[in-house]
Amino acid sequence: MSILIDNASRVLVQGITGREGAFHTGRMLAAGTNVVAGVTPGHRGEAVHGVPVFDSVHEAVAHIRADVALIFVPAPRARDALFEAADAGAKLIVCITEGIPVRDMAEVMAHLPRRGARLIGPNCPGLITPARCSAGIMPSEIFMPGAAGVVSRSGTLTYEVVHELTQAGIGQSTAVGMGGDAVHGIGFIECLELFQADRETEGVALIGEIGGDDEERAAVYIRDHMTKPVVAYVAGHSAPPGRRMGHAGAIVEGNSGTAATKQAALEGAGIPVAGSPSELARLLGEAIRRRRST
Amino acid sequence: MDLLEHEGKKLFSQAGLPVLPSFVARTPEEARRAAGQLGPHVCVKAQAKTGGRGKAGGIRVCGSAAEVETAAADLLAMTIRGHAVESLLVERAVDIAREFYLAITVSREVRSPLLIFSREGGVDIEELSRRAPEQLLRRPIDPLLGLLEYQVRDVVDAAAFGPDDPGGTGAGRTLAAVARSLWKLFREHDATLVEVNPLVLTRSGEIVCLDSKVTLDENALFRHPDVVPDPPQDAREAKARAAGLAFVPLDGDIGVIGNGAGLVMSTIDQIAAAGGQAADFCDIGGGARSEVAQAALDAMFAGPPVAAVLVNIFGGITRCEDVAKGLVDAIKAAGVDAPVVVRLDGNAADEGHAVIEAASLPNVTLAHDPDAAVQLVVGIAREREATVAATAEPAVAEASGGEA
Repeated sequence: MSILIDNASRVLVQGITGREGAFHTGRMLAAGTNVVAGVTPGHRGEAVHGVPVFDSVHEAVAHIRADVALIFVPAPRARDALFEAADAGAKLIVCITEGIPVRDMAEVMAHLPRRGARLIGPNCPGLITPARCSAGIMPSEIFMPGAAGVVSRSGTLTYEVVHELTQAGIGQSTAVGMGGDAVHGIGFIECLELFQADRETEGVALIGEIGGDDEERAAVYIRDHMTKPVVAYVAGHSAPPGRRMGHAGAIVEGNSGTAATKQAALEGAGIPVAGSPSELARLLGEAIRRRRST
Repeated sequence: MDLLEHEGKKLFSQAGLPVLPSFVARTPEEARRAAGQLGPHVCVKAQAKTGGRGKAGGIRVCGSAAEVETAAADLLAMTIRGHAVESLLVERAVDIAREFYLAITVSREVRSPLLIFSREGGVDIEELSRRAPEQLLRRPIDPLLGLLEYQVRDVVDAAAFGPDDPGGTGAGRTLAAVARSLWKLFREHDATLVEVNPLVLTRSGEIVCLDSKVTLDENALFRHPDVVPDPPQDAREAKARAAGLAFVPLDGDIGVIGNGAGLVMSTIDQIAAAGGQAADFCDIGGGARSEVAQAALDAMFAGPPVAAVLVNIFGGITRCEDVAKGLVDAIKAAGVDAPVVVRLDGNAADEGHAVIEAASLPNVTLAHDPDAAVQLVVGIAREREATVAATAEPAVAEASGGEA
C-alpha cells in the first residue's frame, strides 16, 4: 500500500520532448516507473527513451491507458495543459511547472472538480512511492520503501528529511511535494487523510513554511482525525514580512502566515515541532518506534 | 508587485472607476502648482508602498497653496515603515458622508478570488475582521463564471443606503458599477489584490475611490509586456535577479547560499537559533553550473561585507561534485577571502568533498552535517566580529586622545 500512486500507476508525460521532460522521463523509467506515453504537440510518432509521443492527451489515451498526467509544460502554456489533462480523463495530475499565474491556477482549480481530477502542485517536485513509482523529479536514490509518510511544501527539505530517515533505516510509504504556490492542488489535509487510511504508513512528517494557513488548518485536522503520529517542521522563522522567500506562496502578509503562528497552532494541537530537518527525521523515527512497541 | 496609489488610480481611471482629479508631485513647488489647478481644498498624500500611511501622518488636508507647499516639504522628508517618500499625490478634497471598504483578493483557502465589502471603511481591515467579522461581506468569485449579479446586489444591500444618505438610489447603482469594474480590472490586469479603502459616498452624493492598493502577479508579466517592475533598491538583489536567482537581502553578516527555497529558509532559521544572523537568502536552485555559484557570490559581495559564508547544498539530482567544482571556480574567480563553510550532502557528496579538499583553498572549511555547518559558521562570524572590535578599539582611543 501507499497513497496516490503505486506500481500499477501508468504515467503520461506532457512536455516529454522538452529538456526537463525528457531528462526526468529517463530517470523515472530507471526508478521503475511505468511511463506509458508522452505528449508534445507536433511531435507525434517520436519516442523519448522508448516512450511513444503523441500530439495530444486525447490522442495518447485513445491508444494507451494512462491514469497519471505529469506536466513539464512551460508556465505560459501550463493552464492549457492542465485543462487538457483533466478533460482527457486523467484522475491524478502532477504539475512540476514553476511560475504559473495565480489567475490561471484559480481557473484550473475551479475546473478540475468538474472532471473528478486531483492535482498535485504546481511548482512542486511531484510524488514518489519508493521502488514502485516516481511521478516527478524527486531523487529516487535517496528513498527506501517503508512506513514513513512525508508531505511537504518544499522539495529540498523533503530530500534532507528523507535522506536522514533512510540512513536511520526508516523507509517511506509515499512522499508528496505539494508545491510552493499560493493556489495549489492537494494540501496537507488531503494527504493526511490518505496517510491515515493507508495500512503501510505508520507515521507522517509534515514540512511546512511561511505563508497562508495550510499548517494551521492541518493542525486542527490532525487533532480531530489522526490516530497515527504526526511530527512537523516549519521553515521561515526569520523571514522578513512582505518578502517572497523563493516560493511564490512563501510570504508573511500582515500578521498572518508567520512561522511562529504555525508552530504555535501545531504545538497547540499536540504535534511535536522539530527545530531542524534532522530533528524532524529523528522525531518521526521515535514516534514510529513507540507506536510499534505499544 | 505592489503599485503606488497613483499608479493604481491610473488603472482605476482607465477601468472607469470614479477617482478624483489629481496630480503627481515630486517637489513642494510641483505640489503647489497642482493645488493651483485643483482649487484651494486639496489632500496631499505621501506615495509609499506600505500600509499605515494615515496613522504615520502621511496624509494632509490643506486649504491654501502655502499650506500645500509646507505639507509637501514635510511629507517628502518622511520615511514610512522604511519606505522613503519620493512622490506625492495632490488630490481635490471632498466632504465625506460615509466610508466603505471594497476589495478583491485571492483566497488561498478557497483557491479563488474573494470579494470583500464592509459598510465600515477607512479602517484597518485585519483589525476589523478580528473585532467584528460579521461586518465583512465575503463572496468567493468563481474565476470561470466571474462576478455574479447576485453578488453585486449583496454588496449594494450591505451598503444599506437610506433616505438620509445623499445621492439616493443613484449611489447604489454607482456602487454596483464600481464592483463590476473592479472585478474586470482585477481579472484583466492579473491582479492578486485590488483594494479601495476607503470607498466613499460624498456629501454631494457621489461614490469615489479615495485610495487604491493594487498588487499585480509577477508570474503573469508575460501577458503584460507594458508593465515593467521597478529594479530592486538593494544592489545585491539587483545583481542576483539579473542572474535569475531568488535573493532576499537581510541585515546580518553571514552570507547564505543554498539550493531550494525551503532549505535556504531553514538554514537562515538555524543560523538565528545558533545566535548568528544571515546577510541574505540566496537560492541557486538545482543548477550546478559554475556561473550560478559565481553569480550568487558576486551578488553577495556587492553588499555590506560579510563575516563568513555558509554554502548549504543537498544534492538530489544535482551531483555535489559538480556543485563543488563550480564553487571552487567561483571562489577563485571572485577572489573570495572571507571564510567559507561548505556543507555538501546527497548525490556524489564524497566526490564533492574530494574536489574541495584537492583545491586546498585556505579560507574554505568542509562541514559534514548541516547542524555542524551552522555551528561552525556562526562561531567563525563571532570570532571575526570580536577581532574587528578588538582592532577597532585602539584606533578609537587614539582618536579621542588626539582630540584631548
